[in-house]
Amino acid sequence: MNFRRIKEFFVESAIKISGIASIFIVALIFFFLLKEGVLLFKTEKITHFIFGKNWYPISDPPDFGILPLILGTLLVTLGAALIAVPFGVAAAIYISEVAPGKLKEVLKSGIELLAAIPSVVLGFIGMITIVPWMKIIFKIPTGLTAFSGSIVLAFMAMPTIVSIAEDALHSVPKAYKEGAYALGATKWQTIYRVVLPAASSGVVAAVMLGIGRVVGETMAVMMLTGNSPSMPRGMLYPVRTLTATIAAEMGEAVQGGDHYYALFAIGIILFLITFAINITADLVIHRKRQ
Amino acid sequence: MISPRLTQKIAFSLLLLATLMVILPVAVVLFIIVKNGLPGISWEFLTQMPKSGMRAGGILPAIIGTFYLVLGAVVFALPLGVLAAIYLSEYSKDSWMSRLVRLAIINLAGVPSVVFGLFGLALFVGFFKFGASILAGSLTLGIMILPVIITSSREALDSVPKSFREVSLSLGSTKLQTIKYAVLPHALPGILTGTILGIGRAAGETAPILFTVAAFYLPRLPHSAFDQVMALPYHLYVLSTQVPNVDQKIRYGTALVLLTIVLLMNLIAIMIRSYFRGKKKW
Repeated sequence: MNFRRIKEFFVESAIKISGIASIFIVALIFFFLLKEGVLLFKTEKITHFIFGKNWYPISDPPDFGILPLILGTLLVTLGAALIAVPFGVAAAIYISEVAPGKLKEVLKSGIELLAAIPSVVLGFIGMITIVPWMKIIFKIPTGLTAFSGSIVLAFMAMPTIVSIAEDALHSVPKAYKEGAYALGATKWQTIYRVVLPAASSGVVAAVMLGIGRVVGETMAVMMLTGNSPSMPRGMLYPVRTLTATIAAEMGEAVQGGDHYYALFAIGIILFLITFAINITADLVIHRKRQ
Repeated sequence: MISPRLTQKIAFSLLLLATLMVILPVAVVLFIIVKNGLPGISWEFLTQMPKSGMRAGGILPAIIGTFYLVLGAVVFALPLGVLAAIYLSEYSKDSWMSRLVRLAIINLAGVPSVVFGLFGLALFVGFFKFGASILAGSLTLGIMILPVIITSSREALDSVPKSFREVSLSLGSTKLQTIKYAVLPHALPGILTGTILGIGRAAGETAPILFTVAAFYLPRLPHSAFDQVMALPYHLYVLSTQVPNVDQKIRYGTALVLLTIVLLMNLIAIMIRSYFRGKKKW
């Protein structure tokens, strides 16, 4: 009897510790990024790091300005959002409100499969399809452009947008719809005038999380955007994103050097951006529910 | 003035079109990779070492490497994730602590994969001095898939009816016995689904293993958990961007093997879910 008490005490302690482990891990991630990243700011001003226009990490003297990388990320993200948001929200509406039962399940599974395709495979497919097309269609010297990255990233954001927006649409109370039908509205009028507005905060959160996904995407964007760390000139030129910079350069950065610290500092920025997006999206969803 | 019926017809057609635009690329990707990849697949391709700078031979070390990494990630993340889900579902209903944990999980799920790579590099490779190794890579991947496992396990536990717990408790069993005998068995399919999805995710990710384990070219099998290994997603990246003049068959073949593993995991998860949804009696 007593032995069982002791055993249960230990198991329950393990459960409680595991329960709060996530908090500990998130704190640990931030701490370790900070620990390495802040060392850059011994020699570099934060304002120069963020607003500096030149990313020359291996020149002598090096220059660690990440403005071109921030703008590169913004450009690629904007392009991806412009594609992913209309298609994603439309697909969510169709799957949640219009598609008949069987088709609905098939479409949902299709979305899940899209979400499952590894980013390196999408990058590879992009390299052999979109990149050469881009070159021919726009008659440009290289198909490795911000736009190529945007197209593929849009497809990586869509599953997030579709599944979360679909959840939001699905959880609109049935009585709302019945009320609209009773007033003689068609199904589409009900969707457009009643369901969509009622689910708007969930849809907004879905869009935000989709964008968060795009900002953090690494492999596909590195393979498709041409990796040119200069100030972006437009959608049809090569750019370099924050994530791709870390992935491409960490292998060559000397551990304990300024370049190494600078890449961790970029990691801090990425962590903070996605942190802000996720918290805000959660608040948006939560406020509505209360 | 267009009639509301016609407007609805047009709107629904456009919605269907948009949905197809989202889903169709999945079919296109599968078609391209299967069509071009199948000719490259042979017994030798799957069971031999790469040769002549990866331009010939097979991809065995990458397959084995991915297998070890995924195994390590699951061994780490499954117990931790399930226990965490039990905590959230059975012990801390709606306290401020559970809200904090939930926020942490949401954030963990949103951390960019390359940032996990940085974290693994700083903590496991550097601080714990594991070096670039299977151990460091597995732990990094394990942390990355933790939110997937916690979230799906929690959903599975939450969907077990309250009455199951009440009956068990009223028979005099302790809380832990109730969880073990009356709750967990019914949540098992959901936990399994989440774990398989986590496996698929871990097998396909590249950025977290870039600096923690992945070897560019290492035509031998690992000797211990402290060895570097090749891995399928990184191998595909290397083949498609770093090595010129590779036979397309090898690139497509590698992509096909990777995609097969990842999609198979997802199909299994989908099948388990729909099978048990059909069987559910409550």
